[in-house]
Amino acid sequence: MAEPLLEVEDLTVSFRTDDGAVQAVRGVNLSVQAGEVLAVVGESGSGKSVTAMSLLQLLPPTAEITGRVSWQGEDLLSVPPERIREVRGGEIAMIFQDPLTALNPVYRVGDQIVEMVLAHEKVGRAEARKRAIEMLDLVGIPQPDRRVDQYTHEFSGGMRQRAMIAMALACDPKLIIADEPTTALDVTVQAQVLEVLADLAHRMGTAVVLITHDLGVVAGMADQVSVMYAGRIVESGSVDQVFDATGHPYTSGLLASLPRLDGDVDAPLLPIPGQPPSMLAPPPGCAFNPRCRWASEEAGCFTVLPPTAERSPGHRSACHRADELMAAGLLDRLAGAATADVGDRGAM
Amino acid sequence: MGTFILRRLLQLLFVLWGGATLLFVLFYLVGGNPAERMASGGGSRNPDPQVVANLEARMGLDKPRPQQYIDYLSRTVRGDFGESFRTREPVIDIAKRRAPTSFRLAMWAVMIEASLGIGFGMLSARKRNSVGDYVTTIAAVVASAIPVFVLAYMLRQLTGVYAYQHNWPDWARLPTIGMGDDRWILGFIPVGGTWRHLIQPAIVLAAVSTAMLTRITRTSMLETMRLDHVRTARAKGLGEKQVMRRHVLRNAMIPVITILGIDFGTMVGAAVLTETVFNLPGLGSQIVQSAKDLDMPVVLGLTMIVMFVYGLMSLLVDLSYAYFNPRVRLGDD
Repeated sequence: MAEPLLEVEDLTVSFRTDDGAVQAVRGVNLSVQAGEVLAVVGESGSGKSVTAMSLLQLLPPTAEITGRVSWQGEDLLSVPPERIREVRGGEIAMIFQDPLTALNPVYRVGDQIVEMVLAHEKVGRAEARKRAIEMLDLVGIPQPDRRVDQYTHEFSGGMRQRAMIAMALACDPKLIIADEPTTALDVTVQAQVLEVLADLAHRMGTAVVLITHDLGVVAGMADQVSVMYAGRIVESGSVDQVFDATGHPYTSGLLASLPRLDGDVDAPLLPIPGQPPSMLAPPPGCAFNPRCRWASEEAGCFTVLPPTAERSPGHRSACHRADELMAAGLLDRLAGAATADVGDRGAM
Repeated sequence: MGTFILRRLLQLLFVLWGGATLLFVLFYLVGGNPAERMASGGGSRNPDPQVVANLEARMGLDKPRPQQYIDYLSRTVRGDFGESFRTREPVIDIAKRRAPTSFRLAMWAVMIEASLGIGFGMLSARKRNSVGDYVTTIAAVVASAIPVFVLAYMLRQLTGVYAYQHNWPDWARLPTIGMGDDRWILGFIPVGGTWRHLIQPAIVLAAVSTAMLTRITRTSMLETMRLDHVRTARAKGLGEKQVMRRHVLRNAMIPVITILGIDFGTMVGAAVLTETVFNLPGLGSQIVQSAKDLDMPVVLGLTMIVMFVYGLMSLLVDLSYAYFNPRVRLGDD
């Protein structure tokens, strides 16, 4: 395999608060190849957005970041601020969750794209404006030459996020980090917006890190998946590996909570009981143990942090009992439905 | 936008009418007969009934009150504010004599307020929790807590007495009353020695507002800096200066502009203390003096002017919203 475009090693992020340090990200490893789509999946509070923001150092100053963020061999955590500014937008662009708040309400949409182009390329204003119109056209905004002079409040939600995508792609970055790009949108336009993103990224050869909590989105768009729980990657691999040969009970739980359109449509959806742990005081051992139906004393789930191990080439997970459970087929997608006895245990 | 302005001006007329009516009513509720007051020389002797009757006739006070009210309104509509009960000087002349000082003073005070208030507020927000931030905060609290007249007397004592006693350089010795030559370019830029007269009252008038504006700017900047679109601006690779100038400042200025506009309106008519301490012939002190004298036409006329300026300023503020915030639609609906 070629050298990865982006390689994150042992990334930790903690926030100083009045109640002590909150460890939002605790040793994350990620790797993205050129042109590939990596999905980072997890519940709210799992640290996935913080991970995304920390790559370009967009977190507030109370955040402390350690580890290595290797961008084409260059460690972004130790380069000077001018270099980070070149990378931001020029080489790695971001798309945020809520386009209404992420775009500035007092500037025309076109001017915000122009500003991005001017920050990275030696072109004139007229040239940059032409680019803005092209980009708006490319993301499927009708009448781009008129829309370019409108404000965000004159755009619909889906159109705003398209504009955000247009902005992100304007300087032809090598990587786009999309932080829950469809969460704030109407369900009806979510698919369209994702399609635009996936299609353009594919055509322009842009790699994508897609932060999401929606496994349906992952299945449709991603090549690789990393599942995050309580600030760690608990499972990673190709979409096929993670979906079909699931190697962690948390992933298994996420899959079981997903509605299925093939097979038994009437099968009940199984929520994962309980809620993610407080990151002020995460439980000892495996952080998932309070919610895990397979957690056991003997395996060390309550005392020992499970190491990440390879389950098959390129497929890794961090669970003491993964091999045993996988062999027994207990983590398979439909196994949850067959042995659904855990529902009452977790009901908080 | 044209319709918006027109509608607001009509509203303003309505406000002026309401204000005039209220003042008129208040005047009669307060009581006291201006004619008697004048005939008695301010209460020092028993007034001659004949003199009082003559004065009442001259002032129109012998008519029934509703009639007085209607007369007053119809005169005002025609642009005639009447003449002073006391001096018989036309109110419009008094206004012409008094207003320039008030406007110049308010203008310079607002300029001081805007530059220092926004400047220190920004600094305070950008270097949050630094020594500079704390010093600014404390200075703002102190400045807003010192009564205007105390500050004024302290300044006068410093530049007008202490400076002379201790041989301070000439530029630090400032005159303490009046406007000196009172010479201006374009009506508001002081020429020659005039600035030496202007600077102290302007500072005194601006002090409290500047302190407030510093705090408001700081809060508004900090709130804006937390917004998502500022993070987007950083994610685009903009430098910190550009982020601040383009994406924080403009959004943060919306409440600041409001305050500045209202402060100007207030300073034109309500700079009484400053005008009194520095013995400046402004509108506010004239209104207070005339109110004491029961000189109704002067009080009503000058107050109407002040109300008009205030209304005009808030119209300007609303118009500036449209520039600072395109989401505001100036109802052309």
